[in-house]
Amino acid sequence: MRKRRELTPVQDRTNQIRPGDVLLFCTFRNEEVRLHYFLQYYRNLGVNHFLFVDNDSSDGGREFAASQPDVSIWTTAASYKDARFGVDWLTWLQRRYGDKHWCLTVDPDEFFVYPFCDTRSVRALTDWLDSSNIRSFGAVMLDMYPKGPINDTPYERNTDPMDIAAWFDAGNYTISRNPRYRNLWIQGGPRARVFFPNQPKKAPALNKIPLVKWDKRFAYVSSTHMLLPRGLNLVYDDMGGEKASGALLHTKFLNTFAVKAQEELARGEHYAESDEYKAYVEGIKDNPDLWCKWSEKYINWRQLEILGIMSKGNWA
Amino acid sequence: MTVGVVILVHTALDRAEQVIRHWVAGGCPVVVHVDKGVGDRTYQAFVGNLTDLENVRFSTRHRCEWGMWGLVAATQDASEMMLRAFPKVRHVYLASGSCLPLRPVKELRRYLDSRPRTDFIESATTSEVPWTVGGLDRERFTLRFPFSWRKRRFLFDAYVNFQRRIRFKRRIPDGIVPHMGSQWWCLTRQTLSAILQDPARKTYDAYFRRVWIPDESYFQTLVRLYSPNIESRSLTLSKFDFQGKPHIFYDDHLQLLRRSDCFVARKIWPHANRLYQTFLNDEVSPMKGTEPNPGKIDRIFSKAVDRRTRGRPGLYMQSRFPNRYRENGITSSPYSVFQGFSELFENYEPWLAKASGARVHGHLFDPNRVMFDGGQTHFQGALSDSASLRDYNPQMFLTNLIWNTRGERQGFQFGPMDTQPIRDVIARDHNATLAIISGAWAVTLFRSNRDFADLRQEAARLQIIENEHLNLLRSPDTKARVRIWTMADFIESPMEVLQMVVDEMSGKSGPHLTEAPRMHDLQGFGQFLQNLKNQGMHPYLMGDFPVDRNASFKAPTKRKPYLVR
Repeated sequence: MRKRRELTPVQDRTNQIRPGDVLLFCTFRNEEVRLHYFLQYYRNLGVNHFLFVDNDSSDGGREFAASQPDVSIWTTAASYKDARFGVDWLTWLQRRYGDKHWCLTVDPDEFFVYPFCDTRSVRALTDWLDSSNIRSFGAVMLDMYPKGPINDTPYERNTDPMDIAAWFDAGNYTISRNPRYRNLWIQGGPRARVFFPNQPKKAPALNKIPLVKWDKRFAYVSSTHMLLPRGLNLVYDDMGGEKASGALLHTKFLNTFAVKAQEELARGEHYAESDEYKAYVEGIKDNPDLWCKWSEKYINWRQLEILGIMSKGNWA
Repeated sequence: MTVGVVILVHTALDRAEQVIRHWVAGGCPVVVHVDKGVGDRTYQAFVGNLTDLENVRFSTRHRCEWGMWGLVAATQDASEMMLRAFPKVRHVYLASGSCLPLRPVKELRRYLDSRPRTDFIESATTSEVPWTVGGLDRERFTLRFPFSWRKRRFLFDAYVNFQRRIRFKRRIPDGIVPHMGSQWWCLTRQTLSAILQDPARKTYDAYFRRVWIPDESYFQTLVRLYSPNIESRSLTLSKFDFQGKPHIFYDDHLQLLRRSDCFVARKIWPHANRLYQTFLNDEVSPMKGTEPNPGKIDRIFSKAVDRRTRGRPGLYMQSRFPNRYRENGITSSPYSVFQGFSELFENYEPWLAKASGARVHGHLFDPNRVMFDGGQTHFQGALSDSASLRDYNPQMFLTNLIWNTRGERQGFQFGPMDTQPIRDVIARDHNATLAIISGAWAVTLFRSNRDFADLRQEAARLQIIENEHLNLLRSPDTKARVRIWTMADFIESPMEVLQMVVDEMSGKSGPHLTEAPRMHDLQGFGQFLQNLKNQGMHPYLMGDFPVDRNASFKAPTKRKPYLVR
C-alpha cells in the first residue's frame, strides 16, 4: 500500500461516481495515439468512469486523458516493474474507489468483447452476473494481427485498430490448471506460434479475468491473470458445462509495436526479465508477418462463440 | 366485466409505474403490493406519482423474500383488496413489476371474456414435474423450512439434513394434494374468493407457511379444490434457468417476443428501453395469432441451459475445462488412426483421401515435425507444425485439431516411431477408430539402407513400443474402436480391410473400390525377418512369414467381389 505515495493526482473527478457505476481501470505509458479510440469504445459499451494511471508519458496522453469529462487520472514516474507491472497502483485505486462496483481492468490495447456486446451494454452483463451471484468474469486475451508485415500499415488516432489488426488464431491454444491459484493457464496463439515455437513453456499467459465485482479485500496477483481470493479465479466449469465468458481483443501488433518493444527492452521494465520482449525484438527485426493461411478474420462476438473461444454460457 | 391486475413490486419502480399506467389505460384496475424492503421515502414518492389514477390501490406491505411465505401473504392481501374494491373484476391476473404486457390489454380482456369460467394456473403434482431446484420436490411438502435459502444456506441445508436423519415428516392437511407450478396465474373471482374465504384457510396457511417456495404451491394446490375448469398453463411467459432464476429479456429479444403471441412476459431488464417503448404503445398491435406460442423462445432458453450444464463436447476453453471423465466426449467428433498402412503402401494417404473424401494426414506425431495433410506448415485453426508446440500439450493438440475441423472427417497415421504419450488419450476416446497392421513398421526398416546392427536394435525398440500399445488397447478401459491385424493376416486379404476402412471414413458403404493403393515390393521381406531372428531379435508382431512366400507379396490384384443370392 505504500505504492500509493507514488501516485500524484492529475485530475480527480471521482466524486462523479454513482453507486452501481461500471468503472474502468487502466495504466498507460505513451499511448496517446490509442487513447482516443479506447475511450470511445468503452463509453459505447457503457463504462461510466475511467480511472487511469499514467506512467510518466511524454506524448501528451496524460493531458488528453485529463481533459475528458469522465476521467480521473493519477501520474507517477516510479518503476512499472517495482509496482508489479502497474498492479500495485491499480490495486490501491480499486481499493479506494472500486468497492462494490463492477470494475473492468484492461490495457490501452485491449478491447473487451462479451456475449451480446453489440446489443447489450456492459450494465446488462453486470446485472445478469449480479443476479446469478457471479463475482468475476473471464475473458481470454486474443492476439490480433494484420495481414502482412506489422509495420506496413500505420495506426492512426481515432480509428478502429481491429480494422488493421483484423486477424487471429482460432484454435491453437493450450490450457492447464494452476493448482496454486486455481486459475487456468492458457497459452498459444500467434505469439507462441511465431516467437516461441521452440520454448512453448515461455509463451505468455492469455488467461485474464478483467471484470470483477470489486471488494476491498480483493487483489490482482499478476497483471489481470489471476486474483485473490482464489475463488474468483474459478471462471470455468469443470463438470463439462460452459460458463459465460468473453474475450479481450489484444491489438498490440500494430506498427507501434516495434518502437515499444525496443523501448521496453531498454527499460527492462516488463514481465519475466523482459524475456518476452527479447524474443519479440529478435522476432520483429525483419518486420514479421504473423498472418498464415489459416488465420481467421474477425467479424463479431458470435463468431468467437461459434469457434469456441468464448461462450454465452446460460445467458440468452 | 374486466380483469384486475395484482402487481408485486420490489425494484425498478419507474418501470412498474409505466406498466401500471398501461394496465389502467387499458381499463384494468390495479392493486399494487410494494415490498417492505423498499424504503419509506421511495414508497411514498411512488404512491404520490400514481395518485392521479383512480383505479389503483396499494395493499398492506409484506417483506417478500424468495422462497418464503411473504410472497403468498402479499398476494392474498392484494387479491382480497382487488375483489372487495372492484366488484366488476371477473379475472384476477397476478403479475410482477418486471412483467411486461406484450399484447394490447383489450386483447387480453377479450380472450378472458370468451373464457369466463377458466382458471389459468400451472398446476402439476410433484411427481410429474422435472424442474425443481436443489433436489427438493416431494420434500418441499413434508419438511419444515424456517430458514432462508438465499441468506442462510448453511442453516437451511443443515436443518433439511437433520430432518431427513430423524425421518421427520409433516402431515399434509386432509383433502389437499400438493401441486406446483409457475407463480404467475390468472384466476376467476369465484375460484380465488373460494380459496381466500375457505373456512379451513387457517389450517392451510399454517401448513404452507413452512413449505418451501409456497408461492409456487399454495394457489396451485388449493385451486384443485374449487376450480371447475383449470387450464394448467400460465398466461405469463416466464422461463427459468438451471438455477431456478428467471431468464431476462433484452432489447434484442424484441422480434422473438413479438412472434410469441404471449400476453405478458417476465422478466424484462429494466433498461430495455426498446421493449418498453414498443410494447407499452397501444397503437400498434404487433401480434397476430390468438393463442400464445412461445415455442421458439423455449428452444433458445433450453439451449442456453444445455450449454451451461453440458457444454459442447470436445471443446476446451477458458470457461469449459472439464475434469477427467467429465468431458462428455474427449474430442468433438469421430476420427481415424492408421498404424502400418502408410508403411505397407506407397501411396496410402492420397489414395485414402481420394477414396473416402476425408482429410488424411501423415504422421501427426512424428518426432521432428507435424505431418499435416500435404506437408503444410500450418493447419486449420492456425495449428503449427512445430513438434515442440505439439508435444507441450499433445492432448490439446489433438482435441484442437478435431474441434477445428468439425464437419470434416480426419484421419492420420500413427506408429511406434512417433512420440507416444497421445496414445493413452486416443485409447480412452470413444470417437477414435484405430486400424492397426501390427509389425508393418518392419517394412520401413526392410526398405531402408542402414547397417543391420542398427536395424536390429531399432526393430527391437519399435516392437516393444508397439506391443505396449497393443496391450493398452486390449485393456478394459479402452473406449476407442480398435481393429488389429497382423501383417501376415492383412496381406492375405487386404481389399476387404481397405473397403471397410474407406466405408468407415466416408460414413457410408459406398461403391466397391475400383483402385487399390500400391503395396511396396516385399520380395525378400521374409528373409529379412529370418535374418533378424538369426541375429537373436525375435520379430513376432507381424505374424508368420515363411522365408519363401515372396511370390504372393506382389501388389494385390483386385479380386472380383461375388454375391450370394
